[in-house]
Amino acid sequence: MSEYIIKNGHVFDPVQGIKGDKKDISIKDGKIVDKVSSSAKVIDAKDKTVMAGAVEIHAHIAGPKVNLGRIYRPEDKLFSCTPTHGMERMGGGASIPTTFKTGYEYAKMGYTTAMEAAMPPLFSRHVHEEIRDTPIIDEGAFPVFGNNWFVMEYLKNHEIENTAAYCAWLLRATKGYAIKIVNPGGTEAWGWGLNCLSIHDPVPYFDITPAEIIKGLIEANEYLGLPHSMHIHPNNLGNPGCYETTLDTLKLAEGFKTKNKFGREQVMHLTHTQFHSYKGTNWGDFESGAKEVTDYVNKNKNITIDTGNVTLDETTTMTADGPFEHHLCGLNHLKWANVDVELETAAGVVPYIYSPNISVCAIQWAIGLEIPLMMKDPMRCYITTDHPNAGPFTRYPRVIKWLMSKKARDAQVNAFKHKDKVLSQTSIGSLDREISLYELAQMTRAGPAKSLGLSAMCGGLKPGMDADVAVYNFNPDKPVANPDDIETAFSRCAAVFKSGIQVVSNGEIVSTGNKRTLWVDVHVKDNPQVMRDINEKFVKFYSMTQNNYEALGHHFVPNPYALEVDATQA
Amino acid sequence: MTKTITDVICPFCGTLCDDIEVIVSDDGKKLLEVNNACVIGTEKFLHSQSSDRITRPRMHQEDGSWKEISYDEAVEYTAQMLAKARKPLLFGWSSTNCEAQSVGNEIAEMSRACCDNTAATCHGTSLIAIQDVGLPSCTLGEIKNRADRIIFWGCNPAHAHPRHMSRYSIFPRGFFTGKGQMSRKLIVVDPRVTDTAKMADMHLQVEQGKDYELLDALRVAFKGEWLPDVVAGIPGEKIREAADVMKSGRFGIIFFGMGVTQTLGKNHNIDAAIAVTKDLNEYTKFSIMPMRGHYNVTGSGEVFAWQFGFPYAVDLTRGFARYNPGDTSTIDLLTRGEIDAMLTIGSDPGAHFPISAVKPIAKMPSVCIDPHLTPTSGVSKLHVPVAFNGVETGGNCYRMDNVPIDCRKVVEPPEGMLTDEEFLIKVRDRLKQLKEAA
Repeated sequence: MSEYIIKNGHVFDPVQGIKGDKKDISIKDGKIVDKVSSSAKVIDAKDKTVMAGAVEIHAHIAGPKVNLGRIYRPEDKLFSCTPTHGMERMGGGASIPTTFKTGYEYAKMGYTTAMEAAMPPLFSRHVHEEIRDTPIIDEGAFPVFGNNWFVMEYLKNHEIENTAAYCAWLLRATKGYAIKIVNPGGTEAWGWGLNCLSIHDPVPYFDITPAEIIKGLIEANEYLGLPHSMHIHPNNLGNPGCYETTLDTLKLAEGFKTKNKFGREQVMHLTHTQFHSYKGTNWGDFESGAKEVTDYVNKNKNITIDTGNVTLDETTTMTADGPFEHHLCGLNHLKWANVDVELETAAGVVPYIYSPNISVCAIQWAIGLEIPLMMKDPMRCYITTDHPNAGPFTRYPRVIKWLMSKKARDAQVNAFKHKDKVLSQTSIGSLDREISLYELAQMTRAGPAKSLGLSAMCGGLKPGMDADVAVYNFNPDKPVANPDDIETAFSRCAAVFKSGIQVVSNGEIVSTGNKRTLWVDVHVKDNPQVMRDINEKFVKFYSMTQNNYEALGHHFVPNPYALEVDATQA
Repeated sequence: MTKTITDVICPFCGTLCDDIEVIVSDDGKKLLEVNNACVIGTEKFLHSQSSDRITRPRMHQEDGSWKEISYDEAVEYTAQMLAKARKPLLFGWSSTNCEAQSVGNEIAEMSRACCDNTAATCHGTSLIAIQDVGLPSCTLGEIKNRADRIIFWGCNPAHAHPRHMSRYSIFPRGFFTGKGQMSRKLIVVDPRVTDTAKMADMHLQVEQGKDYELLDALRVAFKGEWLPDVVAGIPGEKIREAADVMKSGRFGIIFFGMGVTQTLGKNHNIDAAIAVTKDLNEYTKFSIMPMRGHYNVTGSGEVFAWQFGFPYAVDLTRGFARYNPGDTSTIDLLTRGEIDAMLTIGSDPGAHFPISAVKPIAKMPSVCIDPHLTPTSGVSKLHVPVAFNGVETGGNCYRMDNVPIDCRKVVEPPEGMLTDEEFLIKVRDRLKQLKEAA
C-alpha cells in the first residue's frame, strides 16, 4: 500500500493532546505511523486544519424506514439530483439521499465512520444491503432491543444472564454493533395504538415498566462488556415537559459502572438530547430544558450524549418511536407511514418542515445549540442532527459554524420571526462560548470514537491507529472574517484518507475506498434455555423460520470487521 | 439416497413462504419432490426439471425460426444493443434476485436507460397513493399475532396467494390470537363471489368500479354521519355494520389487490383506502398492505429506491434519475414509441401489456432473459434462458411486507447455464469496454 505524508498542517488531535501545532502526519499500510520513506507522496497541508476522520455516532442512513422515506417522498429528490460524475454513481435526495450519495457526502465532509442508529432485527438483511451500497465509510448498525418480547419477558423476572445471552445471539444474527433502545415499552404498546409516556407506565400485557427495561439492558450491556454502552432514545420524546422523563431516565444509570476492554467510560448514551430537553406545558409556553439536562449530565460522568441539532430545513423524520410519528402527523398533517415489526419494534416516517417562522422550531434550534455550549466536557457531547430527524447530516458544516461563531448564532436569532420568544424561552442569547477546533475534534472524533469503544482504532492520529485523516481548507491562525467561511471549509475537504487510501482530493471523490461493516461478535456461555426460547418463538410467532433469519454471507456483509468480545467468564 | 433441504424459499408470489422442504437426488442435480408449498409453488419448482427446457440462448431469424447461439454471442448482442440505443428500456426485475437487480442498475446507469418493474401493471398506482398520503402498515407476523379484523379488498388470496391465509392472515394461532380463525372477523370486498369471499363473515359485493364510493362511505360511517340508502350497490345499513366491525377490533388490516389498484379510480382508490386506515387509527389499531404479486417485485422497488431514489418508472436518460409516472412509465414509453431497445428480465410484458405496447417490442432490438418460453420471449429478437432463481441459484428477495429473505439454491442448473446475475455481469463488463472505446 502506498505511503503518504501530510505536511505542515495545523493538527488537532485530542487523543494525543495536540492543539493546532504544525505537525506532519505519516501514513503507511493503512495506519498512522511515526515516519515514512522519502518516496511517500506529499500532501501539502500548509495553512490547513488536519484532524482524524470524523465519527458519526447516530444517523438513520440505511434500512427499511430510510428507504420507505425515499420511496414515499419523490419530492425530496427535486433539485437534489447529482449526475454520474467521475467515479461517482448518480445520486439524489436532500434529507434522505440515496446510498451512494450518502457515502460520498460523508466522505467529502471528512467523515470516515458512521453508525446506523436503529436496525429492526427482522430487517437486518435489508440494512446490510444498503450499508454495502454506501461507499467509502465504515458503518455499523444498532439493533433495537427496547420493545423486544424476549428482552421484556426475561427482564420481567430480572434475568440478566438470559437477556445478555439473547443480546449476544441477536447481535450475531443481525451483524449488529450495539444495544439500542427506542421508547422502551412504548413502541410495543403502539402495537395496540397505545404508548408509554413515563418510565413507570406499564407495558400492556408484558407487565414490565420502561424503567425495568432500561436498567436491565444497562446491566446486560455491562455483563457482556460491549464496546458501546446502552444507547437510548427515552420515552416521551418531543413533548413539552419531556425533560422530566429524560432526567428520570438518566437517573436510572446511577450506580452503574462500566466493565469493558475498549476504553469506554459511560454506561448510557442519551441520543438526540435536544428532542428530550423541553420544558413547558404546551406549545405556547414551550421552553428550553437544556440547562436542567446538561447540569445533570455534567455531574454524572457515566453518561454521554449527542445533540440532535435542528438545522431549519425541510426534512423527513423517521424513528422506531411509532406512537411519536403518529402524534407528529396529528400536528402537521403531512403523510404518515408506519411499520410495526413482529415481536421486535415498529417505525414511523413523517415529513417535517422546521420553519424559522415558527417559534417552536426556532426554540428547538436554540436548544440544540445550548446543549453543546452548556456541556463542560466535549469528550462526552457529540454533534449530530439525528439525521434526518432534526436535519440532514449534510448540514454539519452549518451546525459547526453556529457552534464556533457567536456572530453566526446572533445573525440567525435576528432572522427569526419570533426572535423575542426564542430569547425569552432559551438562554441562547446569553451564551458567549465559541467551540474551538480542539473541542470540535473532541465532539466529532475522539469523543464519539471513545463512546463507541473504537478509541484504539479511529478518532485520533496516534501512530498505530487507522489512517482516517481529514484535511480542511481552514487556517486556524487567521481570524475568521465571515462565519460562512467556516461552513464552506467544513463542507468540502482538501483531502480525506480512509484506512490509508486517499478517497477525497479537493472535494472530489477519487476512490471508493475499502468500506467495512463493523459488528460485535460476543461469545457467551452456552445457554440452552435461551436457545430453546428462540426456537420456540420462531416456530410459534415469527412469520419466517429461524434458519432464514441471520444476515449471512458475502451479499450482505462483503467486508466485515468484527470486534470480538469474550463474555464467557462473566 | 435422497437429500431433504429445509427452510427453502418459494420463488413464486409475494407471500414468499420460507418453510418449503425440497427433496433432491443424492448428486444434487435432480429435484424430486416439494413439500409444504402450494400447488403453484410446487409447479414452479418442478417446472425447472422439465425435459424440454431451453438451455442455450436463441436468436430470432428473419424467417421466424430460432437459431441457437452461445452465451458469449448473446452477451455481445445485448451489450451492443445497449451501447447503440438512444433510449433503451430495462423492464421487469420482479422475478429475479436483488443481486441481479443491482447489476442491472449499473447497466442502466451506464446506458442511460429507463428502468421499470412490474409495478407498472399492478401496484404502481399504490405507490403513487403512498406518495400522496403515506402508508400505515406492519409485517405479516403482526397480523398473525395480533389481528382480529382482516379485510381483503379487491384481491383473492385463495387463488393468487394460496398460503397467505394459512400462514399469516386467517388461520394461524398467534401470540394474542390463540383461537386462530375463531378470533378473527373476515370482510371481503369484491364484485365477484370468489373462493375468498365464500369464507368471509361479511362479503360486500361492491358494484364494479365503485370502490372509491364505498371507501368514502365507510369514512362517513365511522363518524356516524348520514349515508344514502345504497352506496356502490351496498345498503347503507350493511356499510354501517362493516364500519362497526372494523372499529370494534383490537388490530385490523386491509389487504388490497389489483381489483382496486387497476380499476376505475386507480391510485385514488388507494388514497381513500389509506385514509380509511388512518381514520381507524383514531379508534383502534389498523394497518394496510398491498398484496404484491411477483415474489421480488417489492425488492425491485427497494433496490431502485436506495440506488436511484424512486421505486419504479425511473428514467436515467438525462444522467440523473427522474420519476414521473405517465411520462417515464413503461407502457406509456412503449405506446408513444420513445424506446429504441428493450431488455426484459424476470417478467412477461408480452402476456400482460396492452397490444399497442407489445407490438413495438417486436420491431426493435430486444432481449428477453427468462428461463421460460413466454409471449415476451416469442416477440424478442434474443431469448436468453437462465437458471431458475430461488431453485438453481440463491439471492435476496423482499416479501410483500418488505421483509427480506435470502433465497436458497436447491439444485444445480443444467450444465453450462448462467444465472441472471452472471449473465448481467458479463453484459455490464462488455458494455463498459464499449463505452470506454467510444
